Amino acid sequence: MEPVKRVSGRMAPLDLADVDTDQIIPKQFLKRIERTGYGPFLFYDWRARGGFVLDKPEYAGASVLVAGANFGCGSSREHAPWALRDFGFKAIIATSFADIFRANCYKTGLIVLTLPDSQVRHLIDLAAEDPTAQVTVDLEAQQVRGDGFAYRFEIDPFARHCLLEGLDEIGLVECHDSDIAAYEKHRAAWLPTVK
Amino acid sequence: MPSQRRTLAQKLWDAHVVRSAPGEPDLLFVDLHLVHEVTSPQAFEGLRLAGRHVRRPDLTVATMDHNVPTRGGVRAADELSRKQMEVLAENCREEGIPLHRIGSRRQGIVHVIGPELGLTQPGMLIVCGDSHTSTHGAFGALAFGIGTSEVELVLATQCLPQKRQGDIAVTVEGELPLGVVAKDIVLSLIGRTGTSAGQGHLVEYRGSTIRRLSMEGRMTICNMSIEWGAKAGMIAPDETTFKYLEGKPHAPLGAEWEPALDYWRSLVTDDGAAFDSEISVDASTLEPHVTWGTTPAQVVPVTGRVPMPRSETDERALRYMDLLPGTALADIAIDRVFIGSCTNARLEDLRAAAGVIQGRHVHPKVRAMVVPGSTTVKREAEDEGLDIVFKAAGFEWRNAGCSMCLGMNPDILAPGERCASTSNRNFEGRQGSGGRTHLMSPPMAAAAAITGHLVDVRELM
Repeated sequence: MEPVKRVSGRMAPLDLADVDTDQIIPKQFLKRIERTGYGPFLFYDWRARGGFVLDKPEYAGASVLVAGANFGCGSSREHAPWALRDFGFKAIIATSFADIFRANCYKTGLIVLTLPDSQVRHLIDLAAEDPTAQVTVDLEAQQVRGDGFAYRFEIDPFARHCLLEGLDEIGLVECHDSDIAAYEKHRAAWLPTVK
Repeated sequence: MPSQRRTLAQKLWDAHVVRSAPGEPDLLFVDLHLVHEVTSPQAFEGLRLAGRHVRRPDLTVATMDHNVPTRGGVRAADELSRKQMEVLAENCREEGIPLHRIGSRRQGIVHVIGPELGLTQPGMLIVCGDSHTSTHGAFGALAFGIGTSEVELVLATQCLPQKRQGDIAVTVEGELPLGVVAKDIVLSLIGRTGTSAGQGHLVEYRGSTIRRLSMEGRMTICNMSIEWGAKAGMIAPDETTFKYLEGKPHAPLGAEWEPALDYWRSLVTDDGAAFDSEISVDASTLEPHVTWGTTPAQVVPVTGRVPMPRSETDERALRYMDLLPGTALADIAIDRVFIGSCTNARLEDLRAAAGVIQGRHVHPKVRAMVVPGSTTVKREAEDEGLDIVFKAAGFEWRNAGCSMCLGMNPDILAPGERCASTSNRNFEGRQGSGGRTHLMSPPMAAAAAITGHLVDVRELM
């Protein structure tokens, strides 16, 4: 995975709570067996209705999505972060995220971070009023900053480390092969196996 | 080190730690990895590209469920679904993973077949690329959904790095009133907590009401843990659990049964162990619940009315659902009924629905279907004649699969259609673009099929 240190660009505001992964990428696009190419299907049903915020010309090319609480709830489909990434987003800011979605974003190389309500509100209002406003999401400094503001954010230190270094998590776990083998030796005999 | 008094969740966690290091997530060992066709192809492809193989095919089980057709033979309606199932079969063949393919005796929804095969046992750590993996927690297992990258990681290493989670206790006490079932407990709970209160937490459901529930009822509750954001839901194993497991194909046999039982009996929260938060539910005051909106938290008793919107989310839901505040739930007409899904398509669920339907007929304006959770459930239901009850009443009796819970196969709602559904999610478009979903229990969905509108099942009892 490519290391991710910071993202600079414009924001797109999605001023909604409980945006579920069924909306982010509807089920008909989960039949593909590829890991890329999901961008055109992002928020497919909402965009099909017309007037959706991400289709407004002023938000074309935005790289930071700002949304409300519980973003990414529902299905575990990693196709959701793939679609957000393929559409051009590199970071997502919200007041809270669903656990599986957040983990999937880290694996996809997307920075996801939470800020308090008031700061998310400020960013959404700013993006709505001035779509050209620039923002920098700095993972090293754990800071979201723009013209006249700098917000500190907390993030799981290990996830941050993996993103900053672009680490291959499978490779990391494989380094502990002797620990895994030792654990396997002591598993209870009654545990089910399938052959 | 763990404190002496531990919760069930902490015991399960500790028992699976392969490696623990400061500043890093714990590395956990996975006892059972369940795989299906939709979230696995990219993971297998990742393995191939890196020259890796599945470390423990003997701890990995695959099934076809998400986009299988539920009638007209085993051939999927569309090319992409066919391809996805072929790819799963090919991946399983290459890596030596047992596969319950469409048309086979044990095929079914991944969270239905795990328990019925006895693969789901107390004390295990179970993962699957599906958010409703929390279902297996009903056996006193630690079980949660993962994404495709994590599927690849588990295929390659049989391990998963995980940050420790908090603990929540949900204690349910009191006698369930007539017509009120496990689904109503969990729907009313989500209505109280909202959609995200469980984030970052492992939930233990406990109390006398939970103890009296069957394994099927317990699975319904644990299944929907994810709908209030919990990482996992679980219930301590007891005699009900052991009785369910005894004699199942993969349950411990002979000399292994007693040591297994001894260990399983230790899987309870110690007296005095601390939870980060506790929620109490009085089951004796519960009523049958129905969702009115587009999140499972937008739910009210069936005797109630569509509430006044309290947020932009509520207003959006009312618009999508085409409902006005103040409308009595019982005045809402429906077009479709879906009895199915990993939440409510087990034998007990079908029996409960059939009990309401017996001797009655589906309303002429309603199209109703039953999709058993597995081929085994279907067979067992047919052995006791439930299929006859459903078909005589005008229900379609289908083959096993996820079906209209998420509409990846041809079983979908048309735009604007309104459905009484026993599934788990009422998100916009979940059952078909433009479709409108009301979540409820199997007896409530059966009652709606008969009357043609949302109705209190107690009126038909």
